[in-house]
Amino acid sequence: MTSLLLFGAAEGGLFDFDATLPLMAVQVVLLTFILNALFFKPVGRVVEERENYVTSSRAEAKKKLAEVEQLESDLKNQLKEARQAAQKVINDAEEDSEKLYREALALATSEANASREEARKEIDSQRDSALTQLKSDADKLGELIVERLLAAK
Amino acid sequence: MGSLPFFLPFAELEVGQHLYWQIGNLRIHGQVFMTSWLLIGALLTLVVVGTKKMERDPQGVQNLLEFLWDYIRDLARTQIGEKVYRDWMPFIGTLFLFIFVSNWGGALVPWRLIELPSGELGAPTADINTTVALALLVSLSYFYAGLSNKGLRYFEYYVHPTPIMLPFKIVEDFTKPLSLSFRLFGNILADELVVAVLVFLVPLILPVPVMFLGLFTSAIQALIFATLAAYYIGEAVEEHH
Repeated sequence: MTSLLLFGAAEGGLFDFDATLPLMAVQVVLLTFILNALFFKPVGRVVEERENYVTSSRAEAKKKLAEVEQLESDLKNQLKEARQAAQKVINDAEEDSEKLYREALALATSEANASREEARKEIDSQRDSALTQLKSDADKLGELIVERLLAAK
Repeated sequence: MGSLPFFLPFAELEVGQHLYWQIGNLRIHGQVFMTSWLLIGALLTLVVVGTKKMERDPQGVQNLLEFLWDYIRDLARTQIGEKVYRDWMPFIGTLFLFIFVSNWGGALVPWRLIELPSGELGAPTADINTTVALALLVSLSYFYAGLSNKGLRYFEYYVHPTPIMLPFKIVEDFTKPLSLSFRLFGNILADELVVAVLVFLVPLILPVPVMFLGLFTSAIQALIFATLAAYYIGEAVEEHH
């Protein structure tokens, strides 16, 4: 009974082959061409254009990134050089000022020493003269005392 | 059908009945063409709407179409290979889309509301004629692909590792379309029957999960058919070293 139903001896049935088969095949082939023209080609064009756009944009961005990195390293080098130059200027200036300071210090010290020596000499001479003066005064006073004493007698 | 006691409860399913159209002395299954035209019309409408105004930043339907295009390209490229997949992508894609809209259309559209004098509307892929037509197209395609790519060297494939393979490879040429067509036909018809029987027996709730399973099966079957078609074409154009 099942086979009678499935193969439908005279009319119909599940396995009823007829002109539907070739017509459906033709229809699917036609659909393939229609879809190729309406769907696959245009969508493919858009997608591939976008893929190309993305690829070229990425390449461009990479190039720009490389340029930026190059510039950055150049600037870093320049900065380093400038720092070194500045450091050198600072060192030179420090050395110069140190030298000037030492020279000025030495000059001032020697000047101070000289004037102190001079002052000492002057003091010495004045003391000497004062001492001699004092000695002569004392002598005179002694003579005077002696005269008075003798006169009083 | 009334004379078949076992099938009595299923009489309303009208299995194996067709609406015949007579064209000259050819007879065709009208219900298959009616549904296939409607579904192809829907598919083409979607495609035309989606490709009308395509932009680099896709919007609306263009997204869906590009997703489908990408999916089909990946399928064709992995199975057929980088070299010739472009030639066969429209065919593989058409198979996939046609089978997919047929299966889903058969499962989702309430065709039963439309009364026909004989037979009933349903998935075009539930008719053996449709699936055999598709499978034979696949057979022709892989022969054509092999012959056009490699000329007569295509037949090296039949004795490829050893000549012992010759009979098996020849048998394969017959089993490939047979298995392709019967797998699709059987799955879709079985799904329609299961849903119909369940609806007949328990009209509420119970058929719903089976319907979802049917949608899943339908999508998987479209994918399997397209993947196998692409694989056969890829096998035919593959270079042996």
